[in-house]
Amino acid sequence: MGSLLDRRGWIGFLATGLVLIVVVPLLNTLPADSPAHLADYLVPLFGKYACYALLALSLDLVWGYAGILSLGHGAFFALGGYAMGMYLMRQVGTRGVYQNPILPDFMVFLNWKELPWYWYGFDHFAFAALMIVLVPGILAFVFGWLAFRSRVTGVYLSIITQALTYALWLAFFRNDMGFGGNNGMTDFKDLLGMPLQSGAMHRGLYIASVVAMGLGFLVCRYIVTSKLGRLLLAVRDAQSRVRFLGYSVAHAQVFVFTISAVLAGIAGALYVPQVGIINPSEFSPANSIEIAIWVAVGGRGTLVGALVGAVIINYAKTYLTGAVPEAWLYFLGAIFILVTLVFPNGIVGLVNRWRGPRRAPPAAPRGLLDEKVAP
Amino acid sequence: MVCRLRLFLLAFLPLLLAVHGGFAATDDAKLASLVAQLGADDFDQKVAAVGELAAIPDPRVVAVLKALEDGNLYVTKDKKVVLAAQDGDNFATSDPVTGAKIGTATSDDIDQIIVNNRVRTVIDAALGTLNLFSPDRDARLAAALDLIKNPSPTAGPALVKALAAEQDAAIRQDMTLALAEARLNAPDKKVQLAAIAELSGSMDPAVFNILSALHDSTGLDPDVKKADENALAAISQRLQLVRIGMTLFEGLSLGSILLLAAIGLSITFGVMGVINMAHGEMIMLGAYSTYVVQQLFVGYLPADWLDAYLIVSLPVAFVVTAAVGIALERSVIRFLYTRPLETLLATWGVSLILQQFVRTIFGSPNKAVDNPSYMTGGFDLIGGAFITWNRLVILVFCFIVLGVLGLILKRTSFGLHMRAVTQNRDMAAAMGIPTARIDALTFGLGSGIAGIAGVALSQIGNVSPNLGTIYIVDSFMVVVFGGVGSLFGTLAGAMSLGIVNKLLEPVAGAVLGKVVVLIAIILFIQRRPRGLFALRGRAAEN
Repeated sequence: MGSLLDRRGWIGFLATGLVLIVVVPLLNTLPADSPAHLADYLVPLFGKYACYALLALSLDLVWGYAGILSLGHGAFFALGGYAMGMYLMRQVGTRGVYQNPILPDFMVFLNWKELPWYWYGFDHFAFAALMIVLVPGILAFVFGWLAFRSRVTGVYLSIITQALTYALWLAFFRNDMGFGGNNGMTDFKDLLGMPLQSGAMHRGLYIASVVAMGLGFLVCRYIVTSKLGRLLLAVRDAQSRVRFLGYSVAHAQVFVFTISAVLAGIAGALYVPQVGIINPSEFSPANSIEIAIWVAVGGRGTLVGALVGAVIINYAKTYLTGAVPEAWLYFLGAIFILVTLVFPNGIVGLVNRWRGPRRAPPAAPRGLLDEKVAP
Repeated sequence: MVCRLRLFLLAFLPLLLAVHGGFAATDDAKLASLVAQLGADDFDQKVAAVGELAAIPDPRVVAVLKALEDGNLYVTKDKKVVLAAQDGDNFATSDPVTGAKIGTATSDDIDQIIVNNRVRTVIDAALGTLNLFSPDRDARLAAALDLIKNPSPTAGPALVKALAAEQDAAIRQDMTLALAEARLNAPDKKVQLAAIAELSGSMDPAVFNILSALHDSTGLDPDVKKADENALAAISQRLQLVRIGMTLFEGLSLGSILLLAAIGLSITFGVMGVINMAHGEMIMLGAYSTYVVQQLFVGYLPADWLDAYLIVSLPVAFVVTAAVGIALERSVIRFLYTRPLETLLATWGVSLILQQFVRTIFGSPNKAVDNPSYMTGGFDLIGGAFITWNRLVILVFCFIVLGVLGLILKRTSFGLHMRAVTQNRDMAAAMGIPTARIDALTFGLGSGIAGIAGVALSQIGNVSPNLGTIYIVDSFMVVVFGGVGSLFGTLAGAMSLGIVNKLLEPVAGAVLGKVVVLIAIILFIQRRPRGLFALRGRAAEN
């Protein structure tokens, strides 16, 4: 351990980064009749995948390495997205349907006279960027501090994280909350003074998403290769023993949970301008559970697996919901069952097995150290 | 026999006619003159005539008033009021009271009696008052209740007359209230005070509204005003109690639904530590079983058997969902007992497949399951509290299910084995209990109860493929809040969540109330991670 990545790892990382950051945008700028041209609609789509990958990465950090299966990561993602949405909404200014310079359209529609206090400051990008990090981070910190201090673990934690996102889901549906209610926020015009609907902006957001994904990967990698990372693995596999050895399990868990929520929030913030809408459905418990399957498909506790899994499942979703909509849920359901029953180590596990035992992942032998979670 | 009866009647017919004729004769002259007054040009006179007609409890008056309202009454050149029906270009005229034919008239001979809105209102009130004398009990009751809601000062004399003839105690009570309301604005202070005293014993929100309207009116005698205030206070106190009682009932009703949804989960979670995310889909399958049974009854059995479909649905839903549950346990869950988090994901996958499967077969639109006749409607309790039968039946039903389940757990050998496995799986296995079989059966039992819950839920809402997802988070909350593996905990959890939800609803609104409850549960779990009624002893330590 110790080093962030080995030599081959760095080569792979940089090569992938080069392809994604340089080649993809270049192919998009080729003339439209060129055979190598990358269609315009694909750029935001790839950007969306990158955001999903970052989200999956954040879940893998807590689930794969600390054994915390959060079923509420969609909430942190959505909160980051809402913070970005609020900034974009303020940027609309007088170009809205009601041409109110201060109030977003949905507030004018609701007959509100002034901006609620929690909207103050969102006309500045720096403030919005701070909130994108702070809001999910603080929520995760408070929630994690309460939960982990009381040693709520395993399925109980999964259930209350689900309750968290469910509560937010219900709350954000309300018009009185001042976040656009059922319809959420949409019809964004521009970001940092540049129009959102332009090829350059699409490429810029795509590159930003890929960079965020890469940096997120390095941050996670840094955490899991550090001493803290070893501690987290130990917490995952034998929580009580770690506690008896004198480590503060709760502190480690709160730390990693908060970092993970911040990463999810950033993913959400990059996601919103690329899809052009944020609404309460992002909080739906089903969404959060789906993230877990991206990680499981790729192989949890590997980081790379989360990235791969998110992209593969979402590509399948894009393809199947377009081609055979009825089949998508069958497919997703079958993936859930197959991955947990037959391929618990996911794609990365399969690749490693094929490559031979030399590169086995640092997973604990199953059953030996597993602590029972529920009575 | 019939023949003799007929003879008997024939013999008495002249007598009966004579009695009726004699009674009518006294009123006929007055009736005729009032009807003639309807033909006056002046609306005030018409209104006065209608008002007086309203006090004559005679079916012929009803006919005349209806004819007037429908525009079938005409007045001839010599100021006689006739009933006219168009017959080609001409009108066939007849006497409105006796119905005797008069002849034909052209449209030049007769003029329609014009009725304006003011007259129409008076006619409606009069028709309402006349219903007080209807031979039909329901019509009388409805008329009395209507007069309580919309009191008319002119209804007083009619009410006095109706009260004298009324035998039914319930209707008498309503008529007394209506009479008191009609007398509220009487010029005599004593009458007013007596009326208020009478009304202060009521629990009807309508009475409350009328008394408070009196309170707001100007130029009120101070004594009357004071009596009115006291009556208002007395009624509002009683209504408050009713409202609290009603909220409690709604809370219990919601709690019973939550309990039904959660109870199966409590078993599977409690015994096996398995988070079954497909639990909601078992409820959904139970609801669809009900729908299918209903359709079969409609399609293949006589119509008057239809009410029995619900009874038949219970075992059908239980068997269907228990079979699906056992299949699920054998094929998926048993491989994952050491990995609870992954069970959660796998069963989520199962739930997605089941939802899509049902959508493929039945389509996405909601299916309506009709309530059988014994679960339709409801009854008025007191003070405007309306209790629907289906809520009440479900409340009772959930306790029956709970009781039967308790008996299974405590009194059967299967229950004994189940409890043994819950407490200590390894030791139970060492004692020769077939834990694998118990697991499968337990899962089947839990799923079957979810199916039965689906039957109950189909009675209060539509059946749709995502019925289960509505209840899944709530079910988990109930189980976690009440404490895993404790039936009593699940009961307490469901009922308290139901009641707290309903108590918060008027204060915070339905959605925000629910959010508050969810946050409260999240905080609660921090303090008691194992729920309200946690298992104690060795079983709870691992």
